[in-house]
Amino acid sequence: MRSVIDILDLSVSELDALIATAEDIIAHPADYAEKCHGKKLATLFFEPSTRTRMSFEAAMYELGGNVLSMTDAASSSASKGESVADTAKVISCYADIIAMRHPKEGAALVAANNASIPVINAGDGGHCHPTQTLADLLTIWREKKRFSGLTVGLCGDLKFGRTVHSLINALSRYEDMRFVLISPTELKLPSYVKEESLKAKNIPYRQTTSLEEAMPELDVLYMTRVQKERFFNEEDYLRLKDSYILDPAKMTLGRDDLIVMHPLPRVNEISVAVDKDPRACYFKQVLNGKYMRMALILKLLEEAAS
Amino acid sequence: MNIDSIRTGIVIDHITAGRAMRLYDLLDLGSLDVSVAIIQNAVSHKMGRKDIIKIDADIPVNFDVIGYVDPTATVNIIRDGTVVDKRVIGMPEILRNVIRCKNPRCITSTEQELDHVFRLSDRKHEIYRCIYCETKAN
Repeated sequence: MRSVIDILDLSVSELDALIATAEDIIAHPADYAEKCHGKKLATLFFEPSTRTRMSFEAAMYELGGNVLSMTDAASSSASKGESVADTAKVISCYADIIAMRHPKEGAALVAANNASIPVINAGDGGHCHPTQTLADLLTIWREKKRFSGLTVGLCGDLKFGRTVHSLINALSRYEDMRFVLISPTELKLPSYVKEESLKAKNIPYRQTTSLEEAMPELDVLYMTRVQKERFFNEEDYLRLKDSYILDPAKMTLGRDDLIVMHPLPRVNEISVAVDKDPRACYFKQVLNGKYMRMALILKLLEEAAS
Repeated sequence: MNIDSIRTGIVIDHITAGRAMRLYDLLDLGSLDVSVAIIQNAVSHKMGRKDIIKIDADIPVNFDVIGYVDPTATVNIIRDGTVVDKRVIGMPEILRNVIRCKNPRCITSTEQELDHVFRLSDRKHEIYRCIYCETKAN
């Protein structure tokens, strides 16, 4: 049974096909309104999330399907000690596809190994969040019309930021990409991502602690939030949480065709005043996420039926 | 220094000097009710110094453990005083329940029934990663 746990589970040609489907959904939504009629999506969220769960649910409703939702692990069988493997087997009896978020890394893989229906990883701790990457890719595609010859700046928490790791993995499969890694020393990109995704493919990158210095060279600026839930030590979180704040003054350093992205939710790292700048694309990214989730649900259900 | 030859058993030879005790621990040789000899820093023409483990019984051995700890080690199976099989193990692609993931955020830290599985992710640098969380084995 085909599941998507990591963005690398999808080939470049599959990503291209998903983007094409999403663009067709945007252009002809009525054509897709009954595509999943009679199908059920189970959203299993073992940790709090509003936007990702609602995005999946909106995606399924817009495909004409239904949703079974588990939104609170405390009221679920997980609180009674049921394993992820057993939960996946049980939900397979009720639904046609699962979208799962879990605080533990690798939980979605365990679910996929035990479910008899497709599993989409909606975030497993600090590990992977492939549908966020799908949203990011569609946003870059719709704004830039290409995945080559781009300088992408990644700013903020590059150590625990799963969206950053997934995006680097996805974009490093395209030609002529370049990355600027902007972070405090304590939150630098882990060496294994640099070794396996960048150095192994001879992809140029540089590391800096200065957002201002990096701004003029960027085609894409991907801001991230320093996530409190990823720290064991609150003192470290408080010290690092406001390392970078993108404001209108810093935006003047960016090119006219720069696009600014953020996986949301934001806290302080992008000032609200930046929202009016036409280069701010983070709310478009949210909408694009729904379209890509629609495309992915369709693909996996079609593959499961064949 | 002389250690008696064994009639029937296993000799793990050409172990990189210093790795024998790790191999001894991971193979759980201390729990066996048979003679086990560990020779450390033996002189070797090829390697300069090497370690050797001799097990005085033909017991099942997890070759994946040997390949993981020291891919250049050789395993000699001895029966009636004769070497009947000799092999270099090499690095296994998958390690199942040989080592444990130490990442407290990994699903294996809370779901006790899960196998601890590591995949060879970089042969050149001998790096294994947990299949669940991608944490490097150490």
